Amino acid sequence: MHLLYQIFIDPFVQMGTAPDLLVQTLWEGLVAGVLYSLIALGFVLIFKASGVFNFAQGIMVVFAALALVGFYQHGVPAFLALGLTVVVMLLLAFAVERLILRPLVNQPDIILFMATFGLTYFLIGFGELIFGGDPKVMISSQLGLPSGSYQIKMLGGFVQLQKIDIAAAIIASLMVAVLAIFFQKTRIGRALRAVADSHRAALSVGISLEQIWVIVWFAAGIVALATGIMWGARSNVSFALEIIALKALPVLILGGFTSIPGAIVGGIIIGVGEKIGEFYWGPLFGSGIEDWLAYVIALVFLLFRPQGLFGERIIERI
Amino acid sequence: MRAPTGPEVAVGDVLLSVENVSLAFGGVKAVSDVSFDIRKGEIRAIIGPNGAGKTSMLNVINGFYHPQDGRITFKGQTRGQMRPHDAAYGGIARTFQNVALFRGMTALDNIMTGRSLRMRRGFIWQLLRHGPALREEVEHRHRVEEIIDFLKIQEIRRVPVGRLPYGLQKRVELGRALAMEPELLLLDEPMAGMNIEEKEDMSRFILDVNDYYGTTIALIEHDMGVVMDLSDRVVVLDHGIKIADGTPDEVKNDKTVIDAYLGVAH
Repeated sequence: MHLLYQIFIDPFVQMGTAPDLLVQTLWEGLVAGVLYSLIALGFVLIFKASGVFNFAQGIMVVFAALALVGFYQHGVPAFLALGLTVVVMLLLAFAVERLILRPLVNQPDIILFMATFGLTYFLIGFGELIFGGDPKVMISSQLGLPSGSYQIKMLGGFVQLQKIDIAAAIIASLMVAVLAIFFQKTRIGRALRAVADSHRAALSVGISLEQIWVIVWFAAGIVALATGIMWGARSNVSFALEIIALKALPVLILGGFTSIPGAIVGGIIIGVGEKIGEFYWGPLFGSGIEDWLAYVIALVFLLFRPQGLFGERIIERI
Repeated sequence: MRAPTGPEVAVGDVLLSVENVSLAFGGVKAVSDVSFDIRKGEIRAIIGPNGAGKTSMLNVINGFYHPQDGRITFKGQTRGQMRPHDAAYGGIARTFQNVALFRGMTALDNIMTGRSLRMRRGFIWQLLRHGPALREEVEHRHRVEEIIDFLKIQEIRRVPVGRLPYGLQKRVELGRALAMEPELLLLDEPMAGMNIEEKEDMSRFILDVNDYYGTTIALIEHDMGVVMDLSDRVVVLDHGIKIADGTPDEVKNDKTVIDAYLGVAH
């Protein structure tokens, strides 16, 4: 009886009695969620255009952040370093297309998936070789990102909003908006969707697969860079960041592998769900549930909508 | 329909010529030493029993396959290897034996992809949906609507093609190829799996495309009635080898062709 009370009543009583804490938790969940969304977005872009589940998306985040900091440490001014990192991501996209995708064209998806594993470990090794394995500090202030926080008095308490989190939310939303319009409204966007549907047909109308792949990998690289900056600004830049990429999995299950809005909403649900779960129900399990709660949410969700929130409905004609 | 006439119909210059093309997959010879040409403005049929190498031949022409041997000359330019999107730029469009459409997109968007080659404005303009990019989009949309009218598929243009019946999917696929305004249109079994009524419609469209747009057409077809009615000249393949080439009448009475189709004791 007491347990039931602890599970079903007590957390809500707490939410009611300290609404400022609830708002704070929601906000933190939202910010984490936005970053999950960004990572998931990188996966969705590549999956949509090439049907490849890019396991290396996580390490691309780390790699981009490391390159940025690395350039800066070698005396390159911050914004120039940012520009150079964009160039690095473009080169990476070209290299991936040339050395991985092109030789493996028409191979089963699982082979391409395994190839992205290879890419992951290559990038880890290559990154450590160039930038070293020690954690680095993101150059957020040099890039003009705000630090410090606002304290807002509300609901009989304080809510603290980190400025960097607000910036992250704004940048992420802009990025998503631009990508969504890009996919829906432009010739290249239409070509991307075409490639996602049928390689053969896309080739026959004169869409160059090579070009499209470079574009999506580059777009995913830019998304990775943004994620790397935002995440790096909150903790350090190190290879440990790669773990957060695994958080994108439950987000994708929730949102559907092919949907950009799905990645956003999924990310936010997972982020908020995690923080709320940890804060209010965590103590019941001795805390630390943040690490696995996302997967549980995704599993429960799978039972009801296997195709995800916005995933394409699977209709099988028999 | 058109009476099978001789050379006076196929008067155009040679648009595409295939010379001594051979294609093998490992040890399997799909096409051996095949030569023929396609003249401007004609309807050229490629026929032959199953496994004769017809589809391989089309795939060679639009660059999906690279022949080990031989030359292909298109519009006076000879090439050994070509990639499919170069073929598309050059003016070769095609449809597929088992329909390759963008299933998630509407019929309209599918046909619009056929225009993408011709869109020139950068994507920044397109994002803004303004000025020259908007004019360009409107212009292309206009052409696409013409094609939709031509193929009489007005009422399905907003429907995702995955939901359309097979016959209509084939029509949308033809529309997408037409949107490219090709000089050479390759049709791989445009009437496979259709009932008589649908076949008649499709035959009509093929003839109209040839008449109104002056498009040169190469088609693979199994229905001999259709082939005889539509085509100006016919090339016959069997086991990857060319066994006959000529007007439908000539081919119909050719002994090797009859043997290939009916089987003969070797």
